[in-house]
Amino acid sequence: MIKATELSKKYGGVTVLNIATLEIPKGQSFGLVGNNGAGKTTFFNLVLDLINPTTGNVVNHKIQVNISEDWKPFTASFIDESFLIGYLTPEEYFYFIGELRGMNKADIDVFLSQFDEIFNDEILNKKKYLRDLSKGNQKKVGIIAALIGNPEVIVLDEPFANLDPTTQIRLKKLLRDLTISTNATLLISSHDLGHVTEVCDRIVVLEKGEIVKDLITSAETLQELETYFSV
Amino acid sequence: MIKHFIQFEWKQFFRSSYWQKSIGLNILMAFLALYFMLTFLALGISLFPILDDQFPDSDPLLILNGFLFYWFLADLLMRFFLQKLPVMNIKPLLVLPVKRSEILHYVLGKSAVSFFNFLPLFAVIPFGIMLMLEEYGTATALVWMVTMVIFTLIINFLNIIIESRSAETEFSFLPIVLIASGLFALNYFEIVSFSTLLANGINAIDANPVFILIPLAILCVVYYLNYTFLMKKLYVDGSLKAKTQTASTSDMAWTRRFGTIAPFLQLDLKLLWRNKRPRSSIFILIIGLAYGLFFYPNPIYNGLEWLYVFVGIFVTGIFIINFGQFIPAWDSGYYKLLMSQNIKYKEYLNSKYTLMVMSSIIMFVLSIPYVYFGWKILLVHFAAMVYNVGVNTYIILLAGSFNRKKIDLTQRAAFNYQGTGAVQWLVGFPLLFVPVGLFFAPYKFIGFEAGVAFLIILGAIGIVFHQKIMRFIVTKYLNSKYKMISAFEQDN
Repeated sequence: MIKATELSKKYGGVTVLNIATLEIPKGQSFGLVGNNGAGKTTFFNLVLDLINPTTGNVVNHKIQVNISEDWKPFTASFIDESFLIGYLTPEEYFYFIGELRGMNKADIDVFLSQFDEIFNDEILNKKKYLRDLSKGNQKKVGIIAALIGNPEVIVLDEPFANLDPTTQIRLKKLLRDLTISTNATLLISSHDLGHVTEVCDRIVVLEKGEIVKDLITSAETLQELETYFSV
Repeated sequence: MIKHFIQFEWKQFFRSSYWQKSIGLNILMAFLALYFMLTFLALGISLFPILDDQFPDSDPLLILNGFLFYWFLADLLMRFFLQKLPVMNIKPLLVLPVKRSEILHYVLGKSAVSFFNFLPLFAVIPFGIMLMLEEYGTATALVWMVTMVIFTLIINFLNIIIESRSAETEFSFLPIVLIASGLFALNYFEIVSFSTLLANGINAIDANPVFILIPLAILCVVYYLNYTFLMKKLYVDGSLKAKTQTASTSDMAWTRRFGTIAPFLQLDLKLLWRNKRPRSSIFILIIGLAYGLFFYPNPIYNGLEWLYVFVGIFVTGIFIINFGQFIPAWDSGYYKLLMSQNIKYKEYLNSKYTLMVMSSIIMFVLSIPYVYFGWKILLVHFAAMVYNVGVNTYIILLAGSFNRKKIDLTQRAAFNYQGTGAVQWLVGFPLLFVPVGLFFAPYKFIGFEAGVAFLIILGAIGIVFHQKIMRFIVTKYLNSKYKMISAFEQDN
């Protein structure tokens, strides 16, 4: 589980994130929505210790992320294309990540075979470097790589953006199944209210860095969110 | 429009994190510039009296014109290594109502106001004034000065052509070295005497100013060549976009024996081989290896044993200087991945260390034939290798923790030649000259063997305390982790 306490981030006196307390229990699929500048990516960056909090801290499975690095073995993430290594082929990238997570080539090959549908014959064995793939295909690689090694916490920033409709639908199913079958904690953000409500058990709305809504997903959630954002 | 372009440049320069973090380096560059300006000024003022004094029978202007070929050749070489190509982020401009020709004229015009074009003026103008005072006539003096300016600009644009062409290939500065030494050799062995030809040409211009149209025409031609060359690059599907390469894969099983650092070592080797910029640092090895040939066969340097140290450090450390100084910027494109993955800094840095050590050892082995010029050279090279492994590698890794400049490996944007220029060579100075100094003290007071032993001992200490030193370096990297992440996110 992930727990943020008194977490804030200021840039030059402007507060971009300010969370008094937020607890995400193990196995929850947690969705973050909000307009541009609401602080979604900032929150994820803080969870991954890519930026330093101004106050407070994030604790991931009892490990405070900016003190110890021991959260890394069970946490996986894909924030943006800068998580890809452009001069590797997709296979090499998967093998590299696999190696860091203690999986050998054979393990990875087995792991990858379950995603044939998503890869749609455009990614594996194409003799292409990642830098030469389209944005959408790059994204697929990044997301799948974040699932390698059965991580307990998976952080995905805007996983649905840039994907084609078919893949969006497949990815939604994949993420739903994942939280059920592996009990992994899933953190995603999205601008598409429909997608998050379909995937997430719980949705938190951020506005200017503050939590303004914290909903357990139900049949009315989508309606409620749409009303909220249509002002 | 030009006004906007200049504004953009100004903002890009002062708003980049690179500028803000390296004011010290910028001050150093300013001092160097000042130094060169003063040197040229002194040269310009004193040249005429010196030539007049040394060659009382001949005309100083004619003598100087005879040497101009070497001047221009040196100018071209210096520019190639020190002058940055005009850079501009043109992609956002392509869809705006800006004429393509305007962008290009601006980019090329910008290169004409480079420091390297003003530097010769510091020598040319005083010399020209001397000509006037010495009754050559104002007209002749002015024509000579204008001719010099035109030639300087020709060299400027010629350099852009050569530099951008060689940037597209992997051979780095191999072409320019070949061209320059070819011209020099042709001239030296008087197969084609360029220096006489050039001197005759300039003398003719001085005598009859109408001939100035010829260099002017050459200037127009090189400008036009640049223009057409860059015009082709102005399309998003053309050179702005990197060509899709077919990937070649190999599993590099031999790296396995390096244990935990194996995946990083594989990554680094792929980094080196699959990207143009780092790949050029492999080709530079060839130049580094041949570097000793400039010194050792030459009797002038015979017995200058401290020079062996310089050459030895250069030969066995050229990769360390060239590759090492961009650690961790080579990985800047995916630095966030490395920081959030299950990676220990220690392994990451150890992989880079291993790579540099391997290069040093390989270069030493390849440089063994230099023993032909004396066993002392071999001994010094060995000491230099140990010093490189035990001292310089750590220094460069430590310096890396201050690295804040991103390197875009993909080079999708045209006109992108990051990390080239004078600064790159400045970094090498302490690595090259400190060991020479360290060798010199015991060498002078005790003897040759003491100097060699001192370098080996220093290197050995570094190797023995490897774990401790690496731990120290790792904490430095950890401390600047957030700063590096945010700096690498910027596109300069």
